[in-house]
Amino acid sequence: MDFLTLLQVLDTSVRLATPLLLACLAGLYSERSGVVDIGLEGKMLAAAFFSAAVAFYSGNAWVGLLAGVGASVALAVIHGLASVTFRGNQLISGVAINFLAAGMTVLVAQSWFRQGGRTPPLEGDARFNPIELPFAIGPSDAAAADRPLSQLIAEAGPLQQFYSELISGHSSLVYLALLTVPFTWWLLFRTRFGLRLRAVGENPAAVDTAGVSVVWLRYAAVLICGVLCGVAGAYLSSALQAGFVKDMTAGRGFIALAALIFAKWRPVYALWACLLFGLFQALELRPDIIENVSGLKVQVQLLGALPYILTVVILAGFVGKAIPPKASAEPYIKER
Amino acid sequence: MDKMPKWADIVLIPLISLLLAAFFSALVILAIGENPIEALKLMVDGALMRSSGWGYTLYYATNFIFTGLAVSVAFHARLFNIGGEGQAMLGGLGVALCCLYVPWPHWSLAILGASVGAALFGALWALIPAYLQAKRGSHIVITTIMFNFIAAAILNYVLVELLRPVGAMDPASAKFPDATHLPSFQDMFSTEGNKMFRGAPANVTFFLALAASVFVWLLMWRTKLGYQIRAFGHSESGALYAGISPVRITVIAMLISGALAGMMSVNTTMGESERLILNSTEGAGFIGIAVALMGRNHPFGVLLAAILFGFLYQGGAELALWTSIPRELIVVIQALVILFTGALDNMVREPLEKLFIAMRRRNA
Repeated sequence: MDFLTLLQVLDTSVRLATPLLLACLAGLYSERSGVVDIGLEGKMLAAAFFSAAVAFYSGNAWVGLLAGVGASVALAVIHGLASVTFRGNQLISGVAINFLAAGMTVLVAQSWFRQGGRTPPLEGDARFNPIELPFAIGPSDAAAADRPLSQLIAEAGPLQQFYSELISGHSSLVYLALLTVPFTWWLLFRTRFGLRLRAVGENPAAVDTAGVSVVWLRYAAVLICGVLCGVAGAYLSSALQAGFVKDMTAGRGFIALAALIFAKWRPVYALWACLLFGLFQALELRPDIIENVSGLKVQVQLLGALPYILTVVILAGFVGKAIPPKASAEPYIKER
Repeated sequence: MDKMPKWADIVLIPLISLLLAAFFSALVILAIGENPIEALKLMVDGALMRSSGWGYTLYYATNFIFTGLAVSVAFHARLFNIGGEGQAMLGGLGVALCCLYVPWPHWSLAILGASVGAALFGALWALIPAYLQAKRGSHIVITTIMFNFIAAAILNYVLVELLRPVGAMDPASAKFPDATHLPSFQDMFSTEGNKMFRGAPANVTFFLALAASVFVWLLMWRTKLGYQIRAFGHSESGALYAGISPVRITVIAMLISGALAGMMSVNTTMGESERLILNSTEGAGFIGIAVALMGRNHPFGVLLAAILFGFLYQGGAELALWTSIPRELIVVIQALVILFTGALDNMVREPLEKLFIAMRRRNA
């Protein structure tokens, strides 16, 4: 395998890791506050549809993004109501939200577009288009030289190849997702809000005693989770692909959940976990590469199941134990 | 003293939750520009007014009885088995292996053998998450979710690479031998001049599901093991004090749960498709959650809830056929039922409790 092929695989990994990373960080906020969220998948799916639908009507991807975030936050509010206000079972609420999104997106898509549960394809500004970073070789250079882009990159030096192929040429949401990692670290570990958020996930009674509202903190976490899932969904339908198709999240919400456990609920580890799982997904698309490198015929199905298998192994505590926040999934009751 | 009379807990709360779910479903139908009353009429016509409609309703109900019982047995031990889907997939593999590689002389023996195969594979698939929960403290919900995906990958691999007949294109096993054909309701109940349940997939497995309901009732309320499972679910520390081993109960409850979920595949794989196909479970494992919640974890409640969901499924198919409402409406209704009967239970319960306490005060 040559250097350029490697770069291409890594490039695809970054693209595929982005929705995982956003959803994983979304789950991180929620779970750090003691609210378990297995409804990441549903929130992403709802956001994917509404962002694509509104982007199609408005012709503006950013307006679509807002609509997607709105849909995802609406579902987050339901989850907040069920798990914080009414102290219900958070897991059951998550399951309900996943089904609600799976059904509603197709129902509304059919009613609005009559195309079998999909939106019409998005074009131009209705999508998040790749950004060309300064000094990188991109489509504009190819147009100027009147030669295919792949040829230009193949002739460049290795450093330029690395820069143009892997670093440059992603949509703005990819860079946004990457910036969310240090921001989340800073918010959780360097601010008063972060300290309280982590405390409420470990020992809500102590936070309550200190005179800080448990309910407010948990709602804040659940809403942040909704916003990030919304961005993840919008990225799926208007950056990674051009339009919404039925069930397009395809288990990504659960892979994100797996990555969250894999990362032991820490933001920087979450980045590595999501990039690793993104790499698996990228290799699933190119099984020929593994065959060329290792000489083995690798089962694509195995590669697809690898994130789940790794998570079970981690959960089992055979390779470093993953311990969730202590008050996970437990509703806080002020007076018994 | 209880805050509410028992009938209110068992009948009133599920009923109000169901009405709430129905109300919001009607709103959804209105919002997409259709008439909810017309839709309900179509569903009743298609699912309950003809014997073939009942044949489909009961076929779906059979699946949901098995998966509902599976979820409810685990619920009794306060374990949330969300992996019914994966356990049913592997159960299907058990059925297929039994039917393809054992020369059965008669269907009555074949269904027993296939049931054992399905239960065994389903239970084994539940064993690993159960062991990890009991011994290593890994959360059963997360592991069973992961195991659903792993099961799908395994089934995909087995069907594409191993069981697919040479030259066949679609990922499915060979057709099962004729001796394993289960009598359908049409075979059983049709008379010379009067064909009943024409073309409907309901088959003898329905009675197996009824037997499973009775078995679960006996197990949970008439045996020591059932008592131990329920005691463990009520209070783990109390059960431990009484000398009940948490590891043993967790593993046994999940084995029973997995076996029941696996047995669903006798209905779909042996009774209907008569070969193993990729997506024979069609989400029935997840519907088990709604069924168990609505049936209040009691086999009789599960039976009623399963028939209701069977009706919704068949009615939904009719709607998709005659109107522009897609089948996914059922997924929305299912979500609303899970939401109101499961997650938002306190929203209905707390005002009712207050109401009953106020009424009692006035009477006293």
